[in-house]
Amino acid sequence: MNLNATLIGQAISFAIFVWFCMKFVWPPVITALEERKKKIADGLEAANRASRDLELAQENAMKTLRESKEQAADIIEQANKRANQIIDEAKEQALADGQRLRDAAKSEIEQDVVRAKEALRAQVSSLAVIGAEKILGASVDEKAHSELVNKLAEEL
Amino acid sequence: MASENPTASEYIKHHLQNLTFGQHPDGSWGIAETSQQAADMGFWAIHLDTMGFSIGLGILFLWLFRMGAKRATADTPSGILNFVEMMVEFVDSSVKESFHGKNKVIAPLALTIFVWIFLMNLMDLIPVDFVPRIAHDIFGLEYFKIVPTTDINATLGMSLSVFFLIIFYSISVKGFGGFIKELTLQPFNTPIMIPFNFVLEMVGLLAKPVSLALRLFGNLYAGELIFILIAILPWFAQWALSVPWAIFHILVITLQAFIFMMLTIVYLSMAHEDH
Repeated sequence: MNLNATLIGQAISFAIFVWFCMKFVWPPVITALEERKKKIADGLEAANRASRDLELAQENAMKTLRESKEQAADIIEQANKRANQIIDEAKEQALADGQRLRDAAKSEIEQDVVRAKEALRAQVSSLAVIGAEKILGASVDEKAHSELVNKLAEEL
Repeated sequence: MASENPTASEYIKHHLQNLTFGQHPDGSWGIAETSQQAADMGFWAIHLDTMGFSIGLGILFLWLFRMGAKRATADTPSGILNFVEMMVEFVDSSVKESFHGKNKVIAPLALTIFVWIFLMNLMDLIPVDFVPRIAHDIFGLEYFKIVPTTDINATLGMSLSVFFLIIFYSISVKGFGGFIKELTLQPFNTPIMIPFNFVLEMVGLLAKPVSLALRLFGNLYAGELIFILIAILPWFAQWALSVPWAIFHILVITLQAFIFMMLTIVYLSMAHEDH
């Protein structure tokens, strides 16, 4: 273990190795490491953001779904209401129509009755005239007595 | 081997001797054949095995990590990049924990220290006779020590580099005056105590590289020595001790690399702090 010039040789080679390491080994590796660190951090952040977005989207979808369900329920309710209304209206219409028809029939019947009565009356008056003629044995001047007969017929 | 049937002490000494290249006292250049020759070469000699293995492992480290760095991408990492990223993140978090200033050098420095020292320490787990035997039988090299961190030169070389960085940043952050103030006006802020403070702080400052180097060296040297001692046992009994020691040593080599790195970060962070 003599101290000799190996000492200097070692120091020189040591210096050269350190220089080489500093120049060609350390920078590329440490740069790559930093870059990767950044990349991973970015990736993690993106993943976080994506999961937040997903949550938001899910919430939105749920909201939309709920709203559309509500809308559908509303529409159905309205439709039901409208249907009931239509039925009610139809019922009323039908009732009104029936009433009208009945009224029309009634008035027609009444008219018929009146007409029949008129006809009968006319016949009755002529029958009365004929009857009177027969009873009186003479002809009755229809013209002269028509007023009387008519009054009679009206009284019937 | 020094002799065909070495004694235990010869064997140990042989394994603790580096392959030294330098100038012999007689003026000729060459590889030392004995430890005495190596010692005689003085300061201007070089340990070929330490240099070769440490540079080889340093290049292995840089090649491996450069391959990962080339593939660096912010997309899904694969293969070698996973490993490189793991190491880089580990070092980066360690640096961020204890160093709060802004400095582009600290993190790559820490990474280099950790991986390089770990790889050099890892050589300790290769059976002690394996590589020296190959070196001896194939290349005819007398000595071959493959764990660079068991050579005080390697650890001191690194810790002195760190020491210069400490001084450099101390001066560049606090200014020369600030650095001197830090050395002289602490812990007792009175003019009378300046010499005392200076001695105290100087010891503290110099203890940093020395402790850094000796801690790593001591741990690995001791570990290596125990492997060598185990290797003296009869061949059929070695596994009973070498396996547990090797498993325990996995912890030691990682821990020592980590300690060297952490202390470097802490020392440099202290150098950046203004009192």
